[in-house]
Amino acid sequence: MNDFLSNAREFAPRFLEGTVITVELTIISLILSLIIGLAVALGKITPNKFINKVCGIYISIVRGTPLLVQMMYVYFVFPDLGLSLSAFQAAIVALSINESAYLAETFRAGIKSIPKGQMEAAKAIGMNYSLSMRRIILPQAIKNVIPAIGNSAIVLIKNSSLAAVITVTELMHEGNLLASSTYQNIQIFTMIGIIYWALHYPLAILVDYLEKRGNKNNVTTSQY
Amino acid sequence: MLQLANIKKSFNEKKVIKGIDLSVRKGEVVVIVGPSGSGKSTLLRMMNALEYPTEGDIRLEGESILYKDINGKHTSRNDKELSKFRAEIGMVFQGFHLFAHKTVLENIIEGPIHVRKIKKEQAIQEAEYLLKKVGLSDKRNQYPHSLSGGQQQRIAIARALAMKPKMLLFDEPTSALDPELVGEVLIVMKELALEGMTMAVVTHEMGFAREVGDRVIFIDQGVIVQDAPPEKFFHTTNGNERIRKFLSTLSRNAV
Repeated sequence: MNDFLSNAREFAPRFLEGTVITVELTIISLILSLIIGLAVALGKITPNKFINKVCGIYISIVRGTPLLVQMMYVYFVFPDLGLSLSAFQAAIVALSINESAYLAETFRAGIKSIPKGQMEAAKAIGMNYSLSMRRIILPQAIKNVIPAIGNSAIVLIKNSSLAAVITVTELMHEGNLLASSTYQNIQIFTMIGIIYWALHYPLAILVDYLEKRGNKNNVTTSQY
Repeated sequence: MLQLANIKKSFNEKKVIKGIDLSVRKGEVVVIVGPSGSGKSTLLRMMNALEYPTEGDIRLEGESILYKDINGKHTSRNDKELSKFRAEIGMVFQGFHLFAHKTVLENIIEGPIHVRKIKKEQAIQEAEYLLKKVGLSDKRNQYPHSLSGGQQQRIAIARALAMKPKMLLFDEPTSALDPELVGEVLIVMKELALEGMTMAVVTHEMGFAREVGDRVIFIDQGVIVQDAPPEKFFHTTNGNERIRKFLSTLSRNAV
């Protein structure tokens, strides 16, 4: 036990550095993927057939290929196409793109869940499509999908560990490096597990809370 | 005020409206009745282009709301231009459709502020006047879901009025209400009619049609069967057998 604690103290600074990078990866990717995801969702439901198609293909490609492949692709293939990114930037791009496809579907489900009458009522007071979306549909849709976004964020924290394979010194990579130099596998990977769990926990509580609140004063719209 | 010229509408292969000419004059209350599935709601929804007719044209004060002619080219109006016309024609729905995430007051000022671009203070002032008019000043800061159907519908009327429309469309405004709540909505509608508001109303409330309507239009199978003043329409000697049958079914159900 004494060994464990003294080792832990020794590893702590490295773990802390890794955790900071993991949190950065998660937050930046989440923000970017929310923006891209919303844009793709809107593209998927807009009356323009061509844009629908493009967004559909985007979602299909991103959801149909592993994140690991996407990560490798951005890091190793993009430079060949003339776009060189640091490992950290590449991880951000891959995570954002990957997450955006799932969020796009979440947003789209949220928009579809708003009764048709809301859009008609908005049109009837002279709002055009984009104004109706912005003022009437999206505020309700986003409120309804916030718990789902929270769940996506939890997945994103854990997915960010894949950035280790392209040498981003986030938590997982730090752990790997430590483990290969100290052979303290049990301790190191247990600690990594605990840190990921601790990172997800506040979010999980928040999602629970939002779901309960959402159920209570959810938008009750008439059946017509 | 509003003219419909040879309007036809099909959903896929199904012909719902088979050629209707109709004009609503300023200050007139036109009540549209007919059996379910006759196309009366579809007809009303075309009057503000929520449904697009397959054929024919609709004119508001002489100007086509559906098409424009630029350099001799006849083209459909885009979303923004349609919206401009819709702002002039208010609509009240069967299912109220109040904006669920907004309070009563916010529902009413939404259009004036974001479509008409008037100042918030002025919009609120006008909204308060309208709330008083529909008798719901005390509900100002409540959310729609906490109101009864009758109250929601009166707010929906206030929301439509806040746009100062040239005309109002009512799509079965009392059909979703409990019987004891129908009256409060009809009273508001009657007041509007007396003030000279131009109205087109789809309804099953024959009492309202008889008392408030200037013209009653009977639609069946996508065509106008009769267009007559209520005293003639409801008279027992109405020469049209389909209408007599329709009216007798209604009165039987009412008992």
